[in-house]
Amino acid sequence: MTRVGRQLTAASCVAVPAVFLAVFFLYPVGSILARGLGADGLSRLVDLPGRSSFRSVAWFTVWQAVVSTVLTVVVALPGAHLLARRRFRGRSLLRAAATVPFVLPTVVVGGAFLALFERLGLADGPLRLTRTAGAILAAHVFFNVAVVLRTVGTFWEGLDPRATEAARVLGASPVQAFRWVTWPRLWPAVAAASSIVFLFCFTSFGVVLVLGGPARATLETEVWRHAVFRGDLASATALAIVQMAAVVAMVVVTNRLQRRRAVGQRVVRRAMVPRASGGLLAGNLALLVVVLGLPIAVLVERSLTRGRAGGRWGGLTLDHYAALADRVTLLPVSALEALGNSLVFAVVAAGLAVLVGGLASVVVVHGRSAVSRAFDLGMMLPLGASAVTVGFGMLIALDEPPLDLRSSRWLVPVAHALVGVPFVMRIVVPTLRGIDVRLREAAAVLGAAPARVRREIDLPIAARALAVGAGFSFAVSLGEFGATSFLPRHPDRLTAPLALFRLLSQPGDALRGQAMALAVLLMVATALSVLAIEGWGRRGSVRGDL
Amino acid sequence: MNRPVDGGTAPVGLEVHGLSVSFDGVPVLAGVDLTVAPGELVVLLGPSGCGKSTLLRTVAGLEQPVAGGVWWDGVDLARVPTHERGFGLVFQDHALFGHRDVAGNVDFGLRVAGMPSDQRAQRVARALALVGLDGFGGRRVDTLSGGEAQRVALARSLAAAPRLLMLDEPLGSLDRSLRERLTAELGTLLRRLGLAALHVTHDHDEAFALADRIAVMGGGRIDRIGTPDEVWADPGTVHAARCLGHENLVVLDADGGCALGRLGSGSGTVLVRADCLSVAPVSGGVDAIVASVSRRAGRLVATVVVGDLSVRFPLADGHDAGVGSTLRPGDRVDLVVAAGAVVRLVD
Repeated sequence: MTRVGRQLTAASCVAVPAVFLAVFFLYPVGSILARGLGADGLSRLVDLPGRSSFRSVAWFTVWQAVVSTVLTVVVALPGAHLLARRRFRGRSLLRAAATVPFVLPTVVVGGAFLALFERLGLADGPLRLTRTAGAILAAHVFFNVAVVLRTVGTFWEGLDPRATEAARVLGASPVQAFRWVTWPRLWPAVAAASSIVFLFCFTSFGVVLVLGGPARATLETEVWRHAVFRGDLASATALAIVQMAAVVAMVVVTNRLQRRRAVGQRVVRRAMVPRASGGLLAGNLALLVVVLGLPIAVLVERSLTRGRAGGRWGGLTLDHYAALADRVTLLPVSALEALGNSLVFAVVAAGLAVLVGGLASVVVVHGRSAVSRAFDLGMMLPLGASAVTVGFGMLIALDEPPLDLRSSRWLVPVAHALVGVPFVMRIVVPTLRGIDVRLREAAAVLGAAPARVRREIDLPIAARALAVGAGFSFAVSLGEFGATSFLPRHPDRLTAPLALFRLLSQPGDALRGQAMALAVLLMVATALSVLAIEGWGRRGSVRGDL
Repeated sequence: MNRPVDGGTAPVGLEVHGLSVSFDGVPVLAGVDLTVAPGELVVLLGPSGCGKSTLLRTVAGLEQPVAGGVWWDGVDLARVPTHERGFGLVFQDHALFGHRDVAGNVDFGLRVAGMPSDQRAQRVARALALVGLDGFGGRRVDTLSGGEAQRVALARSLAAAPRLLMLDEPLGSLDRSLRERLTAELGTLLRRLGLAALHVTHDHDEAFALADRIAVMGGGRIDRIGTPDEVWADPGTVHAARCLGHENLVVLDADGGCALGRLGSGSGTVLVRADCLSVAPVSGGVDAIVASVSRRAGRLVATVVVGDLSVRFPLADGHDAGVGSTLRPGDRVDLVVAAGAVVRLVD
């Protein structure tokens, strides 16, 4: 390649991701800040703490996140121990299955819990859970158990077990050994996982909207209610700024904790893992099955049965699935067409995320250090910012010249790709970095010129990582609800999660059945795309985790 | 200056002259001179960190010298990039391409050279047969044992028909018995192929088993170079003597004396060759006490103490055993130092 050609290639590597980020993220977020910190906005912002409605929303946002996090850790820790330190039949299956809830669309999880409460008779009456904080907490635990199982479990597995064994030989009971030897080394991982879970719960949107009802609002849902329902953009902006400030503070803390964890990590694998004893295994599995399996099982069951009239079993039916093709007055298009829209958007979003994320990864790994660091941080911003920030920013920034993209249906996959890019980079960057420099040297010694080395060594290894990233982006896009719910409504851009949300918002057996059928299809599509691509990708030298 | 004339075509093989390499200003190689003739197997012997791997990497073009250079058949390689040098390098932990199977690894050099696929398949099969891995072509490289991976790495380099084969402690990560077996195989194979080869190791047994010439490295230079017999008989420096496995290094006082008697003139360090020490069948020698008798590599070895000095040497053993095999720790013996046992060393 000529010198000019090389420079052009390098320039486009930097330019494409930079422009994408600037137009679709920095400019919208900047618009929120400009609006909210301008003279009008500022007085509104200063007013906020005095309003009791704001104080109760802020209080609820914080405490539900704290309690959700604590509950999640308590439920997940024994399971993490089981996965890290014990051998049993179905261990890898459990590990894979436990990650499924994490990738499920939030609206699907909301629907699953609605179905569960109805089946258990907790939808109303004295033990009502629907539209309570309890419902939100339960769904958050369901979602985030996977995060703790995965991050803490992997870290735990990597801890050298000989230290604990030495403590046991020296006379410590299992509890003492855990307390004095395992826990001090494990807690940074637990703290890091907790801070991530806290962030997720703090910015939770779909679950709160579906299960909480108007009385149980968080900052996120309030931004949405003011912006979309009441058209009060000034209040929404003020709330969004509070939200952004809180998220930035939490991301800083999380990064600190993450760094501690990285320092402590030392991977030791051993061939022999003791078998799990029957009681321990049964107790743990039962807990995980109830927490993780029951909502999904009820969801599937509900999609296949008629509602119980007068306590009688309605019988199996596929009617709800068949009804997905019919028009209902709630939706501008049929649920099936919405699912079709979602699939198209997901393909486009995955393609965009792979293009932008792949180029950005090359810059992060091979670029000059200042550019590399700027990209590493910049492209991760949309992941740290909540979906609501992304959606609300686009709503207020991209609806007027010079960038009037309201009329384009492709704004939806662009918003989804913005969230997908960090996922792609989190897999591709460590994989590129992890390519042993001696592989390149070996190829050069065997006669491969530099361009050939990139094509023969870097590209095949990165391709697998890109495919895994594409799979995740696809799943993220299929289930994306927060950002999409802000984008202007139009029949040809109704996505499956939006359709599901509207179906869930109305009572009635037929609608509920359709909602459950749609939720099951969405769940199957997301879970399959993640599990299939992950199983395939992990066989190569793909590194990195979400 | 003994720098070769550029553009020569005589088959003189590899010449390294005044080669110096620094990392962040810290010198790693300080003026190395070395030649490897066609068909010759030179072993670089030295402790870790002495610069022997850096020497290989610089010859391969993976590191840039700050002074001196590398020539092949009289041609200066300073401006020849790694991939055009036509040298093979077997890495310490193999550096196999995990995303390709065994055949895909062995094939690599041929493919980048643009060889048609039917010829490549033949060459791959032949290279795998050479290293005793017939039929391994379809295996994934992460299913190979350490010894198998090592053979694949060797086959990958051999298949590309390099002008010079370099091996960077290729057997270092294997267990002892496998290492000894593969050392013997490697020596036989390299001699059969008649390749110029530069082999790096820190194991003197491996060096003696393989080398046409041994170059002992220390502190970024070559201390001593010669045939195995030459360097064994006269290591030259204390460092080289230790690297080669000599144990009886004796520091002399100002008069050249020590507990064994007067071994030289003036102070300094000398080597007392173990093969020149023995136990007298009858009295007549230096008074010594046996400290221990043990077997090393199947041979009986005695450690005896003379005054403040302790020396170690092999004992006669087996059917022609003399007094040696009956020795016990604590026995008093007469130690005989044969003529020619003492070799002067430079510090």
